[in-house]
Amino acid sequence: MKLEFIIAGFGGQGILSLGKIIARAGIKENKFASFMPSYGAEMRGGTANCKVIISSQEIASPYINHPDVLIVFNQPSWDKFRPKLKRQSLVLLNSSLAGFSPSYRIKVIACPFTRVARELGMEKAANMIVLGRLWREIKFVKELTLKETIEEYFSSRRDIVSKNLEALARGKEL
Amino acid sequence: MKEQNKVFITGNEAVGKAAIDAGCQFYAGYPITPQNELTAYMSRQMRKAGRVFIQAESELAAVNMVFGAAAAGARAMTSSSSPGISLKQEGISYLAGAELPAVIVNAQRGGPGLGNIGPSQSDYFQATRGGGHGDYRTIVLAPTSVEEAYTFTCLAFDLADFYRTPVVILSDAIIGQMAEGIVFRPPSRKYSLPPKDWALGRAKGQQNIIRSLYLGERVLEKHNLKLQRKYRLIERKEVRFRQHLPREASLLIVAYGSMYRLAKDIAVELEGKKNKKSVGIFCPLSLWPFPYKALAQACARVKNVLVLEMSYGQMLEDVKLALGRQKPIYFFGRAGGEVPEVDEVCRFILKHKLI
Repeated sequence: MKLEFIIAGFGGQGILSLGKIIARAGIKENKFASFMPSYGAEMRGGTANCKVIISSQEIASPYINHPDVLIVFNQPSWDKFRPKLKRQSLVLLNSSLAGFSPSYRIKVIACPFTRVARELGMEKAANMIVLGRLWREIKFVKELTLKETIEEYFSSRRDIVSKNLEALARGKEL
Repeated sequence: MKEQNKVFITGNEAVGKAAIDAGCQFYAGYPITPQNELTAYMSRQMRKAGRVFIQAESELAAVNMVFGAAAAGARAMTSSSSPGISLKQEGISYLAGAELPAVIVNAQRGGPGLGNIGPSQSDYFQATRGGGHGDYRTIVLAPTSVEEAYTFTCLAFDLADFYRTPVVILSDAIIGQMAEGIVFRPPSRKYSLPPKDWALGRAKGQQNIIRSLYLGERVLEKHNLKLQRKYRLIERKEVRFRQHLPREASLLIVAYGSMYRLAKDIAVELEGKKNKKSVGIFCPLSLWPFPYKALAQACARVKNVLVLEMSYGQMLEDVKLALGRQKPIYFFGRAGGEVPEVDEVCRFILKHKLI
């Protein structure tokens, strides 16, 4: 088993957190995982992306040529990584901030993730909504593992754990 | 796979954790991407451990503070990325001249000049040839994973103390910023480390002087010859490398650090295309001393050699020194913060019929 994810968007959209949570969940189930961030010098507003690999075998390079899963939060990321897709790739696209032509041959799940998050009153948890939607499509770890990982990841701020878990649940229903 | 308690941590943080575990008592640094996770880690953990953390006013100040701490007998470390490491070169030359142990971490980024914050391996010459002025060398260790970033940093402190010399950890934006689940393994080789009687404030009966200035007639030459004997000893004792040499390999890829990881993917990709293991890999783990002999031996059975680097051919020169005209040596490199892709290297190998 080997799954390669590219997650991309603006800095501040929770791109790197989402990538770290996916990788940590993999490690929690005794898989190998690598997380490779790439971002500008600025914390917010710039572009950010990360490459995550989960595998049952040792991982060589943390870089990814053709992702199994591409998660894009905005238009520039979609434009940048679209050429990297292979026919079997799965795309999760934030249609609040990126458009695409429906005639595309690759499986694209387009959802207004940002809008859904805003409606729940937690725009910053859009990344967890995406994670929920992704998990419905590919059960790369057990649901319990995912929840535990989220709890541990935000353990220093108990107040936002429940919000993120709520967002995860909402994502699964989309 | 059965190992539990893997910790998910970046390469930069693993270096910091290693320093704490190895008993580093003094850290001074100045922020620069892509090594900031290390300075940030040290700012929290050194204080927690009751050690000294200083965010210096400049790279120059940081390396000279390390000089002072090392002179007083403390285990000391500084870190930066390429442009900052250039600034530290004067201090590194002084450390080497004064025979002071210290660990210097370089998470390389694109250059020359301020360059960019992408990964690069363009500081190979600087790290392995001395970097500053004078006839000196520094031991250079190049980790290929987050786990090795930990192990090599622990080892670096031992080597620095054992040989009384600065040791460089040469990583890059990939090894530094990537995170993996690792187990903290201390280095297997142990060094007997006597008390630092030479350090300031620890003199027994006589006066200890730490200096790199020798003005008397032929005094500096004698000092240099002593350093050279030490370097020859290190060349004999501290060569480290890793190799995968399948029987039917016709091509040997030579790559270090993060590019070793890429070479592994390339070997697998080509194995799928050709249906046999036609690619071997040789990875120097110590860049100085460079594994010249081992590389020459590893090449005995292959037809071609490909050097893969994130530079325009720096380690390539050491490979040429090792092999002479023994084998055709090809080179593939990208720099300026860009990372070679598996596909393009495979195309290069197939186009030049290297397998």
